[in-house]
Amino acid sequence: MSLPPDLATGKILYLEHVTVSFDGFKALNDLTLYVDPGELRCIIGANGAGKTTMMDVITGKTRPDSGSAWFGRTIDLLALSEPEIAEAGIGRKFQKPTVFEQLTVDENLELALAGKKSFWHSFSATLSGAQLDRIGEVLSITNLLEQRRQPARSLSHGQKQWLEIGMLLMQSPKLLLVDEPVAGMTPQETERTAELLLSLAGDHSVVVVEHDMEFVRSIAKQVTVLHEGHVLAEGTMDQVQSDQRVREVYLGS
Amino acid sequence: MLVLVALCLALSSGITVFAQTPDETLRSTLGTLREASFPDKEATVATIADSGHPGAPFILTAFLEDRLYSRDSDLAIVIVKSGETETFDLVDPLTQADAGNVPKDGFTKIGTNNRLRRVLRTTVARFTLASPDAAVRLSAVQNMLRSLDDQTMDLLRARAAIETDAAVKDEIEIGLAMSSLDSGDAAAKLVAIDRLSDRVTTDVRNRLAAFLEKNPDGSFVEADDKVRAAAASAVAHIDNVRSFYSGVETLFFGLSLGSVLVLVAIGLAITFGVMGVINMAHGELMMLGAYTTYVTQLLMPDSIGLSILVSIPAAFVVSGLAGVILERTVIRFLYGRPLETLLATYGVSLILQQTVRSVFSANNRAVETPAWLSGTWQINQALAITNNRLYIVLFTMLVFALLLAVLKRTRLGLDIRAVAQNRSMARAMGIRTQRVDAMTFGLGSGIAGMAGVALSQLTNVGPNLGQSYIIDSFMVVVFGGVGNLWGTFIGGMSMGVVNKLLEPYAGAVLAKIVVLVALILFIQRRPRGLFPQQGRSAEGH
Amino acid sequence: MSTSRFFGPGEAGPNATTDRGGTVFLAIVALVAVGVPVLNQFVPSSSPFHLSPYAMTLIGKYMCYAMLALAVDLVWGFCGILSLGHGAFFALGGYGMGMYLMRQIGTRGVYGNPVLPDFMVFLNWTELPWFWYGFDRFWIAALMMVMAPALLATVFGWLAFRSRVTGVYLSIITQALSYALMLAFFRNDMGFGGNNGFTDFKDLLGFDLQAGSTRAVLLAVTAIALGLSYVACRAIVASRAGRVVRAIRDAESRTRFLGYKVETYKLWLFVISAAIAGIAGALYVPQVGIINPSEFAPINSIEMVIWVAVGGRGTLYGAAAGAVLVNYAKTVMTGAFPEIWLYALGALFVLVTIFLPRGVVGLVRRQTS
Repeated sequence: MSLPPDLATGKILYLEHVTVSFDGFKALNDLTLYVDPGELRCIIGANGAGKTTMMDVITGKTRPDSGSAWFGRTIDLLALSEPEIAEAGIGRKFQKPTVFEQLTVDENLELALAGKKSFWHSFSATLSGAQLDRIGEVLSITNLLEQRRQPARSLSHGQKQWLEIGMLLMQSPKLLLVDEPVAGMTPQETERTAELLLSLAGDHSVVVVEHDMEFVRSIAKQVTVLHEGHVLAEGTMDQVQSDQRVREVYLGS
Repeated sequence: MLVLVALCLALSSGITVFAQTPDETLRSTLGTLREASFPDKEATVATIADSGHPGAPFILTAFLEDRLYSRDSDLAIVIVKSGETETFDLVDPLTQADAGNVPKDGFTKIGTNNRLRRVLRTTVARFTLASPDAAVRLSAVQNMLRSLDDQTMDLLRARAAIETDAAVKDEIEIGLAMSSLDSGDAAAKLVAIDRLSDRVTTDVRNRLAAFLEKNPDGSFVEADDKVRAAAASAVAHIDNVRSFYSGVETLFFGLSLGSVLVLVAIGLAITFGVMGVINMAHGELMMLGAYTTYVTQLLMPDSIGLSILVSIPAAFVVSGLAGVILERTVIRFLYGRPLETLLATYGVSLILQQTVRSVFSANNRAVETPAWLSGTWQINQALAITNNRLYIVLFTMLVFALLLAVLKRTRLGLDIRAVAQNRSMARAMGIRTQRVDAMTFGLGSGIAGMAGVALSQLTNVGPNLGQSYIIDSFMVVVFGGVGNLWGTFIGGMSMGVVNKLLEPYAGAVLAKIVVLVALILFIQRRPRGLFPQQGRSAEGH
Repeated sequence: MSTSRFFGPGEAGPNATTDRGGTVFLAIVALVAVGVPVLNQFVPSSSPFHLSPYAMTLIGKYMCYAMLALAVDLVWGFCGILSLGHGAFFALGGYGMGMYLMRQIGTRGVYGNPVLPDFMVFLNWTELPWFWYGFDRFWIAALMMVMAPALLATVFGWLAFRSRVTGVYLSIITQALSYALMLAFFRNDMGFGGNNGFTDFKDLLGFDLQAGSTRAVLLAVTAIALGLSYVACRAIVASRAGRVVRAIRDAESRTRFLGYKVETYKLWLFVISAAIAGIAGALYVPQVGIINPSEFAPINSIEMVIWVAVGGRGTLYGAAAGAVLVNYAKTVMTGAFPEIWLYALGALFVLVTIFLPRGVVGLVRRQTS
């Protein structure tokens, strides 16, 4: 395991002046954003505002043209590969639930376990009692105990979302990036997800990208509005909603 | 002087008219040849030449080529068409009419010796030098230059003075300059070297280079410093020009190989690049095109030159139809599963190969090359281009331009591009995507068929024709960047040129291996090829 | 501590603790290892139970193919890497064995040169190329039979996986690799016998290759190698590493975000698979008595994939069974109706991919459940 992020300067994530362009189109335009430890932050913004690209930059999938991205005070995210970033303690849940359909729920969680991930280590690895307990714990948090032996492809859409969040938890990340967690969920599932995310904040920093305003309102203390690749407004939901520029470009009035 | 000779000829023929008919005179002159001594024969040759009879050059040429015979039964002189056949095809020396086919015995050859042959050669050359056809004169000059003596040099000088055709005149002057290099006179040599320095053939170069050599005792072969200096700079100049043209030639070879690669790959660029279908039977669709050419030739054996033009659309239709059938029966069940498509179409390729083996046999079929496709285009002494290579380059350009036009300017092209970019949107707009898929695949396959027509002119037409090109064509498409026709074009051309540039150093097989390995490494550096599709949509692949 | 209690028999693949198909497979292999040599050596040839040397060689060949199919299935069935280059790994292993066997001929060759193989004498070579050194010793040669394919796979795989060449692109360049090697081995000056390759072998470890007893032992060794390969592959796919590999097959970038170095996993799997293919090739050569560059031909590599597809990809024993099935069909059909075989093979490619994506094993599983 690598060292945990150094939080001495008070923030867990620093994105400063990040610019990404595709074919001249600026997906991120001089974006600057900070996240506190233990915070639950919601990011909203219209399609194409740069939410997913921002996640891509943080997780190493996309390299920015300019700007910097630091995890804590000491870890330069731009110098690390995707697996290295994951190992440093940033977990990501994709917009479309991507679990390993052919593996069972248990196996999905097993693969997400923190620890050595080399080929030969995995070849000889067996689960310790503590690890089994941890899997059981996450299964009960995500309400998937009954489905543990089923292949993930047999889960409902909402269950897949939870399984993916469960996989994030197995990694024990310091920072969770969650992309549209309630898309396509029933109201009950949405409510359950809100509880789940709220319970995670505190121990973890959680960044949620979401369209569902009701959902955002129900969980968010801090909201950041992205527009055309940069931060338009930041504050509580009420502050943001009363911001004139936000009303113009996003809320449509 | 030649005017004088001509005048004499005219006079002498005028005179003989009164005594005998020219035919009779000539026949009796010829009659003496059988028993004549060599000096007598020499005199007779002169008489024949001076007779002014239109058959004289024909007779003398036959004499020079040992085809002049005397029939033992009636002592008549006859000409034989060729001495190499089982029997003699006789020709009448005067009328040049066929005189029947007879067994070889019963004839005596009119013998020649070296001296007589030299006389004959000069005499024949004099006739041909006066020919109204410039091409005949040129070849006569070239013949004479091969064995120059005083007499022929005189003849050539006289001809150069009155020659009107630039090429013939040039040829004579060069020949004379070459011969004056052998003279002792330094001034003459300098003039000759100057004249020769723009002549870039190997024999001129080697002859000039000989001036620069040393004798075993260390002294120069050529004593005169000025001559040596002039020769050295002329040789350097010729070498420069020659290496320039050999570079041009290599480039052209490369482009023609590149054209073949582009031709075999652009069909694939459509099916693989635009549709994302891995069609391992692409090579066999080319093979079908090549066999279509073969069948077309069988159907119109009397007009081979035309048949190749007919077979281009025919091959497009045959391979295109085969492609549509393949798409409707196999590939459409496998969209989105590229690895499975690869395997299934490989199976189809085996079936097509075996079908061709069953129908046409496993042996290669001979496809004739029409006359207008063979031959070479001699641009200058250092550069000649074979016509079939040239036509391949042109054909590729044409097919490529047509394909671009179809994609850019037709309704089908618009549909193809729309479906390629966003299938569900295209469907929502009312485009019948299934039909477009079939048409797109048919288009790519049809182009493979047209490539097959071209391949039938370059390589053996057999069941394995397709296999030998399939790997190359995939490499071209991947190298150029999938989904980019211009990438395929530039990729194919540059692969061809690199291959030909390497060949002199590495040999053909090793060059191919080197190119393959280089491509494998290249793809690993740039997995999306030279000209990748950009943006988010490309990420999905 | 162990996973066995935890992971019950699921439907999700080879993590099931009871590997019934595999047990049956290993039992059959064991039976062949003992039974075939006995039926050939100790049952008198008059008996109807006697197995001819021809039949024994054929069975040996099939088992080499089965090993090869295991190797292909390991990368394709479990990790989605469709390699069209396994023919090259097989051939390299075969060439390693061939080089050893050539050196064993010694003075018994046509030219009687104690060191140089005949083809080198024929090419007027006076000394052994450096890469032939040591091949007169079996242990060095044996090492090379495994290392040469493994090394090629390491270099190639490292380059390819690192730059994320995947899917059909990988298939195409593995095919190009195999093709380039074929062209290279056809060249006389490569030092591998050119067109003709190696043949006319005399003995292996001092045992006469023509002797029935040697061939019987060779068959038993092949069966053991097949069994061990199965056990090794099975151990990999049933381990957590195997689950990671299947995770890569289903969602590569997701696996990367979990912190797995996808490239390393693919590389190890590819190298292990290449080594198994090399061993299969090495065992194949002394039984069939020849190795030449046509073993590198792209069609061979594609045929291997169809064995796996017919048997059922991602099942190991199914892949091995597919290899035997298809090759048995090939033997029968090329004997009886040679012109039909390619039609049949072609149709097999098409029909299996469209109608039988899970192969014979999938069909059987559907019937029984």
